[in-house]
Amino acid sequence: MIPMIHVENLAKNFTLHNQGGASIPVIAGAGFSVAPGECVALTGESGAGKSTVMRILYGNYLAQGGSVRIGTIDITKAEPREILALRRETLGYVSQFLRVVPRVPTLEVVAEPLLALGRPEEEAFDRARDLLTRLRIPERLWTLSPTTFSGGEQQRVNIARGFAHAYPALLLDEPTASLDATNRETVLTLIEEAKAGGAAIVGIFHDLEARARVADREIDVAVFTPKLA
Amino acid sequence: MTPLLDVQSLGKSYGGRIGCADVSLRLYPGEVLGIVGESGSGKSTLLNCLAGHLPPDTGRVIFDTRAEGPRDVLTMSEPERRMLGRTDWAFVHQNPRDGLRMRISAGGNVGERLMAVGARHYGEIRAQATDWLARVEIAEARIDDRPSAFSGGMQQRLQIARNLVTGPRLVFMDEPTGGLDVSVQARLLDLIRGLVRRMGLSAIVVTHDLAVVRLLADRLMVMKDGHVIETGLTDQVLDDPQAPYTQLLVSSVLQV
Repeated sequence: MIPMIHVENLAKNFTLHNQGGASIPVIAGAGFSVAPGECVALTGESGAGKSTVMRILYGNYLAQGGSVRIGTIDITKAEPREILALRRETLGYVSQFLRVVPRVPTLEVVAEPLLALGRPEEEAFDRARDLLTRLRIPERLWTLSPTTFSGGEQQRVNIARGFAHAYPALLLDEPTASLDATNRETVLTLIEEAKAGGAAIVGIFHDLEARARVADREIDVAVFTPKLA
Repeated sequence: MTPLLDVQSLGKSYGGRIGCADVSLRLYPGEVLGIVGESGSGKSTLLNCLAGHLPPDTGRVIFDTRAEGPRDVLTMSEPERRMLGRTDWAFVHQNPRDGLRMRISAGGNVGERLMAVGARHYGEIRAQATDWLARVEIAEARIDDRPSAFSGGMQQRLQIARNLVTGPRLVFMDEPTGGLDVSVQARLLDLIRGLVRRMGLSAIVVTHDLAVVRLLADRLMVMKDGHVIETGLTDQVLDDPQAPYTQLLVSSVLQV
């Protein structure tokens, strides 16, 4: 099967111009593939580069070498508008933090990815209502902006938003962190449903049980860390 | 896809001093481009050259016109350029007083733009003006008030209504949220974002506020001393800045 996500010989350095021009190599020679319907967990200790890999896959960080193919597009060489289209249609990302325009109601925050795709409002809002219900966000909060919600509620709104559209490629950064048992179960079910629907998933899970349940393979990013000379 | 705006090696000097130099960019339909930089970086000069308010010394500004396809705006006749400014283009000034007529009513400010493109039926003009005031959240009861009786945030919203009523395809914005309270800023940002998405507008937004571009702009251009020093996807430029100056700019933002 053709992989949905294909990473080859990836390299990343951070150059800190305002701190003496120090160049810090963080990733070298990274390569892996994820097939449709497969979930791969990135592992490694804190600071090993898991989040950096995720951010490069999303086009949020620039790579200094190698390629990252998502579907048919190499995100390391794509134009901004190609990356935007990819993020709209193909590539989803559930980060650890919700970042929204103040004042926009929760229901709209969740429906937005579908509205951006031009789906009918009714369909988009139905899907948003369904996800918010499953993730136990009380209905009385739907018309309020999530900026004032608790950390756990924001996290769940973020997950609802991330799962609104069935992205063929999905990146999950600690999706079950800070969730109670019931909500955690819901999120794991959502992940399983996405896999069953053919999504290729790359995730960071510190929750070992969750990782064991949804991940088909683990990749230790320590092997991508450049060896100190 | 044909870019809506294709700017090639644009330059403008004030005597021996560089306003902006060798700026090239392409804006596609539906895209919002943010231009950031400190005061004096050339971002406002660039915006004014693009919008036809200042004649650049060098370069080309090619706009994909509705009727005739791509045309160099700089070689257009003055009437043609004025027509463009009234129909396909809109310019939102930092100070609403520069973009509004302070001595005529709110409804008149919106209606005037419609009349400039040929609307003559009073009832229809008033109905459209009312509709647009509602879209920018100004109560119908205020339609006959002059903008001088409005708060700064309301004036800015009125300026946006005046500019968007003719259904432009390209909007230039110069510090649209500058000088407003943060709570008013949030409301305005939400409004602009909604309008951009619903109307499929393209926009070029000049600001020094990185939080504003993060929420509004798809792409970012960083300027310093008249030169473009970095471009890219907005979140990429802000989260993984490459140029020394951009790194300084991003790391200088105070966290709230």
